[in-house]
Amino acid sequence: MTVNGQAQAHDVEPRTLLVHHIRENVGLTGTNIGCDTSSCGACTVHVDGQSVKSCTMLAVQAQGAAITTIEGLADSARADGLSVGAEDWHPMQEAFQQCHALQCGYCTPGMVMAATSFLKENASPTEHEVREGLEGNLCRCTGYHNIVKAVLSAAGES
Amino acid sequence: MIPAAFEYKVADSAEAAISMLGEYGEDAKLLAGGHSLIPMMKFRLATPTVLIDVGRISDLSYIRANDGHLAIGAMTKHCELETSADVAAHAPLLGHVAALVGDPSVRHRGTLGGTLAHSDPASDLPAAVLALGGTIVAQGSGGTREIAAADFFTGYFESLLGADEIITEVRIPTATGGWNYQKFNRRAQDWAIVGVGVAEGGKGISLVNMGSTPIRATAAEAAVANGASAADAAALAAEGTSPPQDNNADAQYRTHLAKVLTERALNAAGVA
Repeated sequence: MTVNGQAQAHDVEPRTLLVHHIRENVGLTGTNIGCDTSSCGACTVHVDGQSVKSCTMLAVQAQGAAITTIEGLADSARADGLSVGAEDWHPMQEAFQQCHALQCGYCTPGMVMAATSFLKENASPTEHEVREGLEGNLCRCTGYHNIVKAVLSAAGES
Repeated sequence: MIPAAFEYKVADSAEAAISMLGEYGEDAKLLAGGHSLIPMMKFRLATPTVLIDVGRISDLSYIRANDGHLAIGAMTKHCELETSADVAAHAPLLGHVAALVGDPSVRHRGTLGGTLAHSDPASDLPAAVLALGGTIVAQGSGGTREIAAADFFTGYFESLLGADEIITEVRIPTATGGWNYQKFNRRAQDWAIVGVGVAEGGKGISLVNMGSTPIRATAAEAAVANGASAADAAALAAEGTSPPQDNNADAQYRTHLAKVLTERALNAAGVA
């Protein structure tokens, strides 16, 4: 598989979950583990461009796939021809910062990954569609209003 | 949570999967999108010793509009049903229901064949296939057979699918008559406490989470066919069901919901 564009080859036990593989074998810890039951979305990454809950996928299922994590999002933005600005952030990350779309920050990587995948499928969503699009991602600080604002703001820019 | 150890095999065709099922026997399970099976394995509710990954069989991922029916490959993902113009044109209920399963990330992985094989009475898509009068095509060492959705589900997480069979295709008769789906739940991305699917103006009415399998509300269907009003037909919706009792609802409340939701669904499907 590739992770953030880099080829990764590891021998793993079949029962290794993708999220554990990313965190422990690949060594990228931006992807968080929240509920571990495919409810909260903290572990959301992109598999071949689409959001997936990496606690509910085996690493072996991702053999040959292109994985993008929060650490590789700016590079994927560049590949999509989006501006990454001076901070080297994906426009969604920039929008989260501008709209103060985080409180404790634990859900943020998953939120950003789900939101970027969502905008690929619906480039000009309504507020209601954004809320539905993020229904698989929970913010236990309940900071949803600013998260929705950030996604709408990023949609306006891209 | 980490599943119990298992051996992982990749099948590159339905035939390869069938031969592996024959080789590894009852301890083997087919893995499609994994969004029902992997959570069960993490809770150790399922402990297969061999997982046969059929999710990579690209030959089983297609949506074809044939004369009179849609043919959908078993490995077609929910997100593909949700966005398919063919599904929207020929069986809009199916595409609509696909978009109500779980959340977008779940729908990027879950497959139609997987959810049917899993046979969860609380799942949305099996009930949609049932209301639409769909047919499930199963292939095994003895050949291929077609099973009507109405016969397919036999019990809680149980179906007619044999130990060495794999679902290869789902056929949905073209259904562009009045349709609706009512999913009642309390939280986003939850399973339905009760759900009701209506196809072809009430010719097909199916119930979610009203028994050990997805079931057709046959008494209500018959009433609609005989010209009953939506309210009168809906009053019969729970007839013959034995709804489960859990933290969300007792059987009496589910019975009430089935009637209310059936009336709403029939009204929305154009039955007065």
